[in-house]
Order: sequence, then structure tokens, then C-alpha cells
Amino acid sequence: MASTVFAETAFTRKKRLNERIAQVVFGLMAVALVTPLLFIIGYLFKQALPLLSFDFLTLNPTDGMRHGGIWSALLGTIWLVTASLCISAPIGVLAAVYLNEYAEENWFTRIINLAVVNLAGVPSIVHALFGLGAFVLFAGIGRSILAASLTLAIMTLPVIIASTKESLAAVPRSFREACWNVGATRWQTIRRIVLPNSISGILTGVILQVSRTAGETAPIMFTGAVFFKKIPEGDVFAYGLKDQCMALSMHLYTVTTQVTNAPEALPYAIAVVLLGTVLMVNALSIGLRVYLRSRKKW
Amino acid sequence: MSEPRQKKIEVENLRLSYGSKEVIHGISFDIGQGEIFAIIGPAQSAKTSLLKCINRTLDFVAGAKVSGVIKVDGQDISKSKNVYELRRKIGMVAPLPVGLPLSIYDNVAFAPRAAGMRNKHALDELVERCLTQAALWDEVKDRLDSLGTKLSGGQQQRLTIARALSHSPEVLCLDEFSIAIDPVTTMRIEDVLKELREKITIILVTNLVQQARRLADRTMFLWNGEVVELGTNDVVFSQRPQSQKTYEYVNGIFG
Repeated sequence: MASTVFAETAFTRKKRLNERIAQVVFGLMAVALVTPLLFIIGYLFKQALPLLSFDFLTLNPTDGMRHGGIWSALLGTIWLVTASLCISAPIGVLAAVYLNEYAEENWFTRIINLAVVNLAGVPSIVHALFGLGAFVLFAGIGRSILAASLTLAIMTLPVIIASTKESLAAVPRSFREACWNVGATRWQTIRRIVLPNSISGILTGVILQVSRTAGETAPIMFTGAVFFKKIPEGDVFAYGLKDQCMALSMHLYTVTTQVTNAPEALPYAIAVVLLGTVLMVNALSIGLRVYLRSRKKW
Repeated sequence: MSEPRQKKIEVENLRLSYGSKEVIHGISFDIGQGEIFAIIGPAQSAKTSLLKCINRTLDFVAGAKVSGVIKVDGQDISKSKNVYELRRKIGMVAPLPVGLPLSIYDNVAFAPRAAGMRNKHALDELVERCLTQAALWDEVKDRLDSLGTKLSGGQQQRLTIARALSHSPEVLCLDEFSIAIDPVTTMRIEDVLKELREKITIILVTNLVQQARRLADRTMFLWNGEVVELGTNDVVFSQRPQSQKTYEYVNGIFG
């Protein structure tokens, strides 16, 4: 009798088949997602191989970009990314804490939230023009790492705010209510409960902006990046905030479009370094996330 | 049972609305010092909102408007400058247990620390006293540094009660504390409440009519934001309460 209860009918057979098809289709899509990435990395590496060496990283470009390395561009990118995150991360995270934890729902906060969403959709070339007008000309900073970093910071701010708000909102409201009920202030609640339990998401959101900042060309083109600059090799503090700098993304652009007779492998090598830097940072963020997740407490 | 007590909480003509929808329509009642005061009534009768009015956590709810007067120890709470002190005076236990994502010890020590208590020795004593009062100490005394969120539901509810006791409240509000826990644990906590009644005033919001009957001195029957009946238990649970509706609700004829 039990056998008849669990016997397969035409209906269950069809269900099982559908289940199988769904699984395979979704799986294939997931694989399809990874394939182009692997191809890009593989292709870049193959093309760049003749030029890749330690010297390529640590020497200035010479002979009109045709020889030497990319030291000044690599260091410029590192400076730009670091400086812009130093500006956008604190402002973005604190603003998000305010919007999510303190602000009441009214027309003012609705406008702020709307602005954040819309700002995230502004094309980077528009940010570039804004940076040129506001920082370089109006504020009189001039073309410099500072002006370029500020422009990049404006560009990344809305995304940092949005991702931070999302991480904060993932902490259940019941935790906050429990704290308020025992007479804790909002700040005590944020400090002791909300932030410790959302920090992994907040940091991941911030770090992911590194790759975006490093890859952008448009916002820095008018505000601080230059075609060529020679700096002392091996000195990581070779740039000051008021200096103009080279940057990897810009360098890649100029080498491919402006420089004639450059070695064929050169653009690929620059791309590999840019991609490598970004992937390293992303790996770091994944590692950090895994570490902080393991300490998650509910 | 009906000797005049000192008034601990006085509510006069309390109205509460969320946006344009009024959920409490002008209710008045007093709760005496050291009394167990039960509030019964079906869902949506604004029992939980009423508790939030009393400890002013309604301040955190957008769009809530309160009118009328609530006095605690004779003081109008809407004029209180130190709302944190008010909340410490009133222990609150929510329907679903909330273990904060901290260790068991830190869960209980959270409120005293937030109030500025730093003395390790005093904190140790306080944590042990509160956990003992909440009938949880024996189960967790060897693992105070494990996470409060990893306890079972019933244990977390007792942890919540221990946390509510940790700031030495004068009033303890229990909002349907037994819906997430088993009957045996419920009875253990009820025993605890009977011991506590000597020292603190207890407001017991409950869906379990029999629980109100077992524990309370007086019971208030709330229905759609209005007081249908308020009286001592021997009246409310008698064959002849003031309102026929109360009789029907209490005896399971409706609701």
C-alpha cells in the first residue's frame, strides 16, 4: 500500500523534469556569466606577456611612452583612489547613518533620498565637467590630485550612501527597539548594536568603489590627470595633493590613441596592471567580508 | 485587594492616532503601586500602542500623534526632559524574544552600561541577580560569554525579561510575553512575576484570558481602542461583569 502512496504519476514526473530543466538553465546562465571574464583576463595576459616584469611597474615611461614602465601612472592611480575614498567614505557612511537612523520621513529627507538615487545615475563625464567648474576653476584648486579626487568622491558618494543604507537597514528593527526600551540613546544603539552588525556590508560597499574609481577616465581627464609626468622612481610619496599626476586609465587611453609606434603589448600590459589592481582589491574585500561574516551574531 | 494604593501611572483621556487613523479613542485609567494590572483584548485593540505611549518609544514611530495626559509618579511624561530615565523606570518585554547580538552577559549589562555603570564587580552582581530573577541563571551561568541570539526561544524570552529587570525598573510591562514560549516556561515566569509584585508594578498585556485571571489584581478589557471594562478580577471574571461583552469575551463566546 505504501508503494502506491509514493508511486510516481505522470504529474510528478513532469514536475521532476521541470525542476531539472530549471536547474540546468539557471546553472548555464551562471557559467555564461563567468566565461567572458575568464576570456578577457586570459587574452589580456597572453598579449601583455612580453612586457610584464617588475621593472614595468617601477620605472617611469620613457621615450614618449614607448619604453620604460608605468610607475608614475600606477602611483597616480593609487593616490587618486586613496584620496577620493578618504573623502567619500566618511561623508558617505555618516550621511547614510543619519538618513537611515535619525532622519524622520518628511519632504526634506525624501528630497535627499531622491537626490542620492539620481546622483548615482549621472554619467561620469558630467561629473567631470562639474569638477572642472566647481573645484578647478571656482574653488581655485587648479588641476591637481586634490581636484580630481574631489570629483571622483562626488561620483562615488551616492553609491556609498546607498550601499551603506542597505547594510544598516538589514539590521532588524527589533534590536533597535530593544535598546530604546532599556533607555539607550540612538547613538548608543548605533554604536553598540547597529554598526558592529552592519560593518561588513558597509566596508564591502566602500571597497567595491575602489575598482570603479580606478577605472574612470573622464572625471580625472579635465581635473588633474596629465598626459605625461616624470616622478622619482621608488618613492611612494612622490606626488603631493597639489600636483597633477598620471593615472593608469588615462595612460591606457593615451597610449592607444595618441602614441604611434608603441609596442603592441603595451596597452595590454597597462590593462593587466589596472585589472590586477582592481581584482586584488576585490579579493581583499571578499576576504574581509568572509572574516566579518564569520563574526556575525545572529 | 481593594485597599487604596498610591497611584503609579495615571492615564487621562489618552488619544492616539497614526496618520489620520485614530486607534485609541480617549481612555482613562490608573494603575496602583505594586499592582498587577492586566490588559486583555483582541488584536488591533491598541494594547501594544498603549505600552509604547507609556515609555514614549512611540517617539520613534513616524506619524504617531498622542494627546491626553500620562503621568508616572505624578509627573506628566510628555514634559519629561530625560526620556531615557523614564524608559529605565519602565521595563518593557516585547511579544517576540529579542536576544541582542551580544553575549548573554552583555545583553543584561547593556542597560546599566548605557546608563554609565562601569564597575565590573557591581555589573557581575547585577547580571547574576537579574538572570536569577528571570529563572535563567542556572541554565546559562557556565556560558555567560556565548551569544544571546543562540539561546532557544524560551531562554531568549527569559533573557529579555532579565534585560528588562537590569535597569531596576519600577514598572514592568509584559507584552504577550508567553506567545513564543511553552507552557512550562510560562508557569516559571509567572511564578517570578508573583515574587516581583512585592517590589514593582506589573502591566500584563495578554491574549490569554486565563493568564490575566491567574495573575492580575485588576483587569482592563480594551476593544478597538476603548475601555469596555475595568475592574478587580472578581468582578471582571465573574458571571456578572459590568458589560455583557466582557462576559462573552472572557468566556470565549466571541473573540
